Amino acid sequence: MTITAEKPLVKIEGLHKYYGHHHVLRGIDMTVNQGEVSVVIGPSGSGKSTMLRCVNLLESISAGRISVGGQLIGYREVNGRLHDLKTKEIAAQRREIGMVFQRFNLFPHKTALQNVMEAPVHVKGQSKAEAQKRALELLDRVGLGDRAGHYPSQLSGGQQQRVAIARALAMEPELMLFDEPTSALDPELVGDVLNVMKDLAKSGMTMIVVTHEIGFAREVGDTLTFMDGGVVVESGDPREIIANPQHARTKEFLGRVL
Amino acid sequence: MEHPHRAEAPVLNKSVPVRHPGRWISAVIILALVAVFLQSLFTNPNFRWDIVGTYILDVKVVQGVGWTLLLTVTSMALAIVLAILLAFMRQSDNPVFRWSSWVWVWFFRGTPVYTQLVFWGLIAVLYPKISAGVPFGPELFSLDTASIVNATVAAILGLGLNESAYLAEIFRAGLKSVDKGQMEAAEALGMAKGKIMWRIILPQAMRVIVPPTGNETIGMLKTTSLVLAVPFTLDLTFATNALANRTYLPVPLLIVAAIWYLVITSILMVGQHFIEAYYGKGVDNLAPAAVNPAAAKAAGAGADVKHSMKTDFPEESAR
Repeated sequence: MTITAEKPLVKIEGLHKYYGHHHVLRGIDMTVNQGEVSVVIGPSGSGKSTMLRCVNLLESISAGRISVGGQLIGYREVNGRLHDLKTKEIAAQRREIGMVFQRFNLFPHKTALQNVMEAPVHVKGQSKAEAQKRALELLDRVGLGDRAGHYPSQLSGGQQQRVAIARALAMEPELMLFDEPTSALDPELVGDVLNVMKDLAKSGMTMIVVTHEIGFAREVGDTLTFMDGGVVVESGDPREIIANPQHARTKEFLGRVL
Repeated sequence: MEHPHRAEAPVLNKSVPVRHPGRWISAVIILALVAVFLQSLFTNPNFRWDIVGTYILDVKVVQGVGWTLLLTVTSMALAIVLAILLAFMRQSDNPVFRWSSWVWVWFFRGTPVYTQLVFWGLIAVLYPKISAGVPFGPELFSLDTASIVNATVAAILGLGLNESAYLAEIFRAGLKSVDKGQMEAAEALGMAKGKIMWRIILPQAMRVIVPPTGNETIGMLKTTSLVLAVPFTLDLTFATNALANRTYLPVPLLIVAAIWYLVITSILMVGQHFIEAYYGKGVDNLAPAAVNPAAAKAAGAGADVKHSMKTDFPEESAR
């Protein structure tokens, strides 16, 4: 992997999230450079998924700023005051950010091919022929070229998740978010999905990956962030942190999952 | 124990099944009742099957069937369009839309359809002229209400608006039944709100919406017999009632009406079957996926073995 320049693509500054009185995120700062794979781990309830969902505004931002590619997410800043973006403007920002969900969330009434074609045709306005050609290439890339006509219910969990990755890639995003992409899979299906993600990382895609796969973090991650209780406890080189965690909580967590 | 003949087929268990005397007794009783009823159909002269035969294809009756169908289809179409709108409004971020939708459903579900039909029949008395203009200001144009809202339009409006309130609740339940993840996935792709509703949420909601809507359509077919309240006097029930009053033979003409309603209902049920199949694609009528590809491979390998065994012993199958 070659990172030519340390160019920050994602900047999260002082991010807080409240659900009513429940303070879920308590001031998150994080930077992801162009072409980097940033892996986020932590116990359930630590706020790592919420943090990820804030990046494409599936959760509103209670306090702090997130910017992707230098563009503030969810707001426009005019004379130091934040103005909410319109639904259409938010949709435009989301087009640059692909997301892969724990539960795949494929459209069950559409075939694998139609799932991948949906957004290029109906959001970007690509012609059907063009979108289909590109969708078939993407399905090939995730190893499912022969499953294009299958409905999600005819695919295994691992295959569904790879279609979901192809669907997100079809929009040619500059950033990919993965929300525990292998947590809902049978153990023997995890490898195929991780391999697709590894290939994607090698191709230079900027990725934020919330996961429990420590092996993936060690092998593919450029940075590893350990979150607990809504804060970043530790962050740095994955291999160093996994081999030699500095904080007691990190040590305890890694001891339980390794 | 050793199994020297592993390849041999196992001896299937031949157990004595449990007897069900209750099934036989109930079958005899029900068949007897059906026989008595059928016998009465054929032997009771008061049914007047000859009159049924005379009037089943009577011009007035067939025209009545046509009008009943027209009322059913147009009022359901109106109701479906309004119901989709009302259900979307009910889910809207705009509080004015949510509130208006709720009030609409409250009003049209809360008053009898008969009352509403009478009301629409009297609309020309209530508002003799429909005019457009600035409130308290100049009038732009004006029309006679009676020329627009004739009996047919009044019947369709009465039936359709009433039905829209019920359908709105069915559509709302359908939209709610779609997994939240679907909305999130579509949003994450940058799809616009309207596109998400039309292309992702509604097609999936249709699976839940179609069966009760079929129910409502069949209900509507028979509710059209209330349009007498408007008064609209061309539908099937009115036509057969008029013939019954003229001939003093109510029973055979009720049978004529019942036969036609049954025929139309049966056709509607066939239509519903195909609509359900369409919206169930990808979900209902598919073999479940092999969740475990290793197992699928093994099953595939098993099939191969069987296949090769067949080719190994061609003379076996030839015999």
